Amino acid sequence: MPIVNEGIQQEIDKYVTRPEEKEKFTAWFSEVSPLMQDIAYALIKGKQHDVSRLVRQALDEGVEAHDALDDGLISGMGIVGVKFRDNIIFVPEVLVAARAMKAGMAHIEPILSAAGIEPVGKVIMGTVKGDLHDIGKNLCIMMLRGSGFEVIDLGVDTKSDQFIAAVEEHSARIVGMSALLTTTMPNMGKTIQAFIDAGLRDDVKIMVGGAPVTQEFADEMGADGYGKDALACVAKAKEFIAELGVAVEA
Amino acid sequence: MRETMSRNGLLDRLKSGEILISDGATGTYLQARGLEPGGCPEEWNASHPEVVRGMAADYFAAGSDAVETNSFGGSPFMLKKYGHADRVEELNRLAARHARSAAPPGRYVIGSVGPTGEFLEPVGPVSVEEMYEGFVRQVTALAEGGADAICAETMTALDEACLVVRATKERTGLVAVATMTFDKGPRGNFTMMGVTPEDAVRGLLDAGADVVGANCGNGILYMVEISAEMRRVTDAPILIHANAGIPAIRKGQIIYPEAPDWMGPHYRALVDAGATFVGGCCGTTPDHIRAIVKALRG
Repeated sequence: MPIVNEGIQQEIDKYVTRPEEKEKFTAWFSEVSPLMQDIAYALIKGKQHDVSRLVRQALDEGVEAHDALDDGLISGMGIVGVKFRDNIIFVPEVLVAARAMKAGMAHIEPILSAAGIEPVGKVIMGTVKGDLHDIGKNLCIMMLRGSGFEVIDLGVDTKSDQFIAAVEEHSARIVGMSALLTTTMPNMGKTIQAFIDAGLRDDVKIMVGGAPVTQEFADEMGADGYGKDALACVAKAKEFIAELGVAVEA
Repeated sequence: MRETMSRNGLLDRLKSGEILISDGATGTYLQARGLEPGGCPEEWNASHPEVVRGMAADYFAAGSDAVETNSFGGSPFMLKKYGHADRVEELNRLAARHARSAAPPGRYVIGSVGPTGEFLEPVGPVSVEEMYEGFVRQVTALAEGGADAICAETMTALDEACLVVRATKERTGLVAVATMTFDKGPRGNFTMMGVTPEDAVRGLLDAGADVVGANCGNGILYMVEISAEMRRVTDAPILIHANAGIPAIRKGQIIYPEAPDWMGPHYRALVDAGATFVGGCCGTTPDHIRAIVKALRG
């Protein structure tokens, strides 16, 4: 099936410039229905009411909830992620696309919950103790949820024991910590130490992010991963799932 | 009478092309004196007045022509997070008063106004009216306390920065300064919200700003680039507050790598690139200001 939605074709032509990504998106969208292409384009454009209406229509026409999620919503968010990484769009456009994603998810989530479909993984996210900034964290959470993860958002000013309690309560395997203030970054190290002290360090994968955070800092603090933006956060979370899966099998 | 002359003096001097020197960081200064990481700096205007006044005195003594007030997080939206929403007028007025009381004759007090942390409609939940009224409360209190100018700083959203400028011009008549924070990306310099230095200059001047510029985000070399980009599109005075580099962690301690002796001389390049009002942001100290004074005034 060729790509019939001209908007999607233009998005790929104009904005997805890395050859391997262009190939991937072209192949993907060629294989999904025109309705899914329309949903993806409406999401990219941040048209929350169109996304809601089209997802409802898809479900009514018998499209499986999981397919609507993957083929319509997650695929659209994939292009949003590329454009954000490449500075073609910025925070406002991502927030508006995420809002459209949420509008579509409102129809899909109840069906997936009722069917007992497991999320890709469970992530505990929080901004560290003493820090009230959450824009980055919230973007990451939207992208993670958009990629099929269940995310428990602890909000801002999150103490070590709150991270630990959430991991235990939700049996989560991934923890993500954010900081914007340089002065609160050391609290990431403190939380990691708290996990070690509680004998839980080996049960979780911990990733860190935020404007002043670097790979070097993440390594020094003993984190398992670092992501410089929301797209990297999702990629890292997926890597963790793969690693955890292998570990479980072994 | 003296206050009005001061205020006029500031803009006249800047417009005549005179190079003025601002101050250094507030947050890192207070943290070095016991402010808790993540604590409310504005609250110190009431609880530690001698430290806040001392900070202004230190910067003036180092040679600053102007100091910024300890009111960066003084908007109702930010103070609400600390439970101080009902103290907007008190804490902002005190901020200006402390700086004013330490100011020698002929020097200036700049009321600092930082971001609210909220997104304006339609991206976020806050209306233009609500955000504007919040800034009005803040800038009028700063004016009452003795500020000569208001500086909207560390701004990433152009619409928000313009609201501060408008509130300043419409409700106080003070000199309106606005600086934004840019990051270098694959396609050039943008704020987090997608604003280029050129967009910033045009939008802020349109809203009534007297002085435009950039602060935070990066060290001095990057700011030279930003200044040049802005100077290409305007003759207006340009204010630059550069960080003492990007903070790093060495042995568990946070350090700002750009030391005064290294950073100071680069301010000549900053002025050559078009900046007319220069100072420091995060990590800079009175020693940095002394180095800047030495570099620019010999």
